[in-house]
Amino acid sequence: MLSGATIEVTNLTKRYGDVEALRGVSFAVNEGEVFGLLGPNGAGKTSTVEILEGLRTPDSGSVSVCGLDPQSSGAEFKYVIGAALQATALPDKMRVHEALDLFGSFYPQRRGTQELLARFGLEEKRNAFYSQLSGGQKQRLALAMALVNNPRVVFLDEPTAGLDPQVRREIYDIVEELKKEKKTILLTTHYIEEAEKLCDRVAIVDHGKVIALGTPRELKERSGAVTRITVRMAKPETNGALGNLEGVTECRTEADDYLLYSTRVPRTIVALVKHLEEQNNELVSLEISAPSLEDIFLELTGRRLRD
Amino acid sequence: MRLAMRNRAFLFFSLIMPLAFLFGYAGLFRRFGPEAVPYLLSMVLALTVMGSFWGLSVQLVTFREQGILRRFRVTPVGASAMLASSLISNYFLTLPTIAIEFYISRSVFHMAGLGNLVSVFILVTIGTVTFASLGLIVASVTNTMQETQIINQIIWFVFLFISGATIPFPMLPAMVQKISLFLPATYLVSGLQRAMIDHTNLNSLGSYLASLVGCALIAFIVSAQLFRWEPETKAPRQAKLWVAAAVVPFLLLGIWENFNGDLRSHAVKNMQSIREPYSLERIEH
Repeated sequence: MLSGATIEVTNLTKRYGDVEALRGVSFAVNEGEVFGLLGPNGAGKTSTVEILEGLRTPDSGSVSVCGLDPQSSGAEFKYVIGAALQATALPDKMRVHEALDLFGSFYPQRRGTQELLARFGLEEKRNAFYSQLSGGQKQRLALAMALVNNPRVVFLDEPTAGLDPQVRREIYDIVEELKKEKKTILLTTHYIEEAEKLCDRVAIVDHGKVIALGTPRELKERSGAVTRITVRMAKPETNGALGNLEGVTECRTEADDYLLYSTRVPRTIVALVKHLEEQNNELVSLEISAPSLEDIFLELTGRRLRD
Repeated sequence: MRLAMRNRAFLFFSLIMPLAFLFGYAGLFRRFGPEAVPYLLSMVLALTVMGSFWGLSVQLVTFREQGILRRFRVTPVGASAMLASSLISNYFLTLPTIAIEFYISRSVFHMAGLGNLVSVFILVTIGTVTFASLGLIVASVTNTMQETQIINQIIWFVFLFISGATIPFPMLPAMVQKISLFLPATYLVSGLQRAMIDHTNLNSLGSYLASLVGCALIAFIVSAQLFRWEPETKAPRQAKLWVAAAVVPFLLLGIWENFNGDLRSHAVKNMQSIREPYSLERIEH
């Protein structure tokens, strides 16, 4: 555990009836860091973040945010955090600017409603009722509300779940801006690209446990995950020779493509070119995919994230 | 407050329904002349105040079921502050309706006097807080909107029909009158009738006001203690027993009234304001 960390989570456990949601989760998040909890649905991400937000009490273990206990620190704790819950709900007949005015009024220091409306692209919707907003606009409002008190720590629970790719990119841009402001951000996600793009460090969570922790690059380097080379050739190969090329650990076919999994990509490519010349065959296309966090999750759990 | 004004159910229960009762009563008792209007208005004022019971309980349960309350939970706002702000906004939304009812009684139905306005104002203020607190306590011990609606309907019908708010107290059967003396609504109706017709001052309404205040305080404290932010958190079974604490002031007042009280005699006397012309009319025929 890092001393002086902004968020500290130690041996957290939580049970709902017969379900053990958290089984000793520990991690620390440093000041100004974007930290991701990555895992499938039911892995324990939301339970962890809701304990950190003070919405749930752990069965055992401890948490602290800016040195404060979410359960016992009261308003002092609420002043330093901002939260966009997994499902933010507001009264249908509340207008966008009223939501920001109301929630801003709860804090001694707050950001102006106009500033937030402009920053989150909600100016045109300032007088719209909550029920009239699209999913993306509701999520942008949830993020604006999370920042209304200019918090030190921001919790984003599945901020892009269920949103279309364009809106998701807009949310990514907002998180990138927060990152530049040196906010400490804890976000949960089951989207690989989100964790890879936004997070300085990632904890992969499964069945209530942290099974891997580090920067996306560290996790990839540490893992035994292999690079995938997707090859399409003019004439099909039938003798299985591709599986014997240097560095190739596995060869599969998928429609007209051959998927070569390699631990030594340059050597495999040289060997592939030689093999094609010998066979008087031609290369139609070639694509190299570096191992992703998805591959690492697959390697660690034997399952895909969305299984 | 703005949200409430945009809520059709709230507008119906807090404005349209009491005004409909006012016009309905005035139409029914038109032949008794303007002298009957203070009696009728006091019943309508009581209905308006009692309407607070519905609004807040339904709003609170809706907010909890929709997950709106949990968003407030990550802010510095506590349960007591949430409940107190609901009570205050509900009170300020009730006052214009009361003013409209007075205005219509004076301008349309030619009501002569205004009764003891100080007593009416205090009864309306304390009554609104008491009935809203009773609504909050129902919201605190029920787990679903369906459950809330059923309990609200049962309590509401008891308040409506055996407190004197719709059927005058003296017209109720003797046994029902005895039960009625244990209801906060009965004291609100009687207090408002005495303030409107006899110009009764606050001193003479002391026991009524003390019981309403006691009930409001206990109901508020219990509902703050039992307050739940999360839809999945269920009310503990023993919580329902806590509710009994809120009715203790009226249990005591009811026992006292049943043996020594003068509410019944006041109710009979106040009803003369609509009975006397009726009797004269019958004699003339």
